[in-house]
Amino acid sequence: MFKMDRYNRHIILSEIGHKGQKKLSKSKVLVVGAGGLGCPLLQYLAAAGIGTLGIIDYDIVELSNLQRQILFGTSSLGKNKANEAKAKLQDLNQTINIIAYPVQLTFQNAIELFDQFDIIVDGTDNFETRYLINDACVITNKPLVFGAIYKFQGQVAVFNYNNGPSYRCAFPDKPKTGEVPNCSEVGVLGVLPGIIGTMMANELLKIVLGIGNILSGEIRYYDALSNLNQIIKIQRNETVIESVILNKNDFQNQKMNNICSSEVIEVSIEEFLNRPNIQFIDVRERHEQPKIINFNVIEIPLSVLENQLDLINRDEEKAVFCQSGIRSKTAVTILKKHQIKNCYSIKEGASEIIGYINKSNKNAIYE
Amino acid sequence: MKIKIKYFGMLTEVTNCEAEIIDFSGVLISDLLEMLFIKYSDLKDKKFRVAQNNELVSVNTKITSKEIVLLPPFSGG
Repeated sequence: MFKMDRYNRHIILSEIGHKGQKKLSKSKVLVVGAGGLGCPLLQYLAAAGIGTLGIIDYDIVELSNLQRQILFGTSSLGKNKANEAKAKLQDLNQTINIIAYPVQLTFQNAIELFDQFDIIVDGTDNFETRYLINDACVITNKPLVFGAIYKFQGQVAVFNYNNGPSYRCAFPDKPKTGEVPNCSEVGVLGVLPGIIGTMMANELLKIVLGIGNILSGEIRYYDALSNLNQIIKIQRNETVIESVILNKNDFQNQKMNNICSSEVIEVSIEEFLNRPNIQFIDVRERHEQPKIINFNVIEIPLSVLENQLDLINRDEEKAVFCQSGIRSKTAVTILKKHQIKNCYSIKEGASEIIGYINKSNKNAIYE
Repeated sequence: MKIKIKYFGMLTEVTNCEAEIIDFSGVLISDLLEMLFIKYSDLKDKKFRVAQNNELVSVNTKITSKEIVLLPPFSGG
């Protein structure tokens, strides 16, 4: 039989056999993020014959992705990652059902989507989505295969598996914007997500097959430079998990903050009001109202931004705003082009920002 | 007593080393952190958890191991 030939090297393993291969073909796996981690793990999951493979990613393939996102080629540039991954994987294995979701995972669509799958895989690149995925897995009671990378190091774990701990049991609170950098801001050795993504695929296959030891209740740290492996035990924290479940009804009303996968990070002004050492940059033209005075704001109109880069403090974090949150995004793109780091685009316009400042009693004076 | 401290991820950018041996006379993990925060003032602003004997522990835990690991969360993918 054609299908048996394809999986022959699985089937002749006594630990897998026909029975195991059938388990794989009946399983439904959702991979969130078809990036550095998603590409290698999707290839192994498709090749292994995971019966239904969902891929959700709203991002497009950029040239700088090709150094590590090995599903894509030059012809993929500018195309949606989920759709492009599906096309490549379907060629690898036409016998499985691959569903591409070229949309952003949100608090509104996560629960309904996760309900359609058995296991969720987190290959995203930002904390906002990682905490969203974890909480949605707790609420829908789905095991979560987790991987994350930083420069030359990676983490792998399985959360929410057989009453094991969740990601929040290790790291209860989401870091604030800028507290921990994302991949788009720091470098990463191209092969590292390949190693970590493949470890994730391995955990996933073991869960489906019911063989081996699962990395549940543990996080594995791996360092590609020193070859160091450290497996750290984590305990389930009932209080943390209960509070996620208690907030279940409110889950879909939450809003996404700063997602980093596009170049510009959009942030709500609320995140910055009480933080020290922030330089606010008003990129509106000089005549535009209302002005914000007595607040640490410098005015550099977008039209002259590139000529006045020396006014920008390179050491501090920069929060850029305008009248509606559109020009501020353009401004951040320009600043990034000039290697100016730690710039965020405020998604609210000036009037809304004043409202927030008033609320937090910052004693700003307005004209 | 001498304790080996290992740092992962972005913490090494604050400490400029991946591991070090320090002289320590306190009792709790929090005592150790207090000492490290004086040595590395930027460490205070970093998010991380502490592990001893390869297990995550709270800051109120008594130090029983000669090796302590500081582990930050990673977000990259």
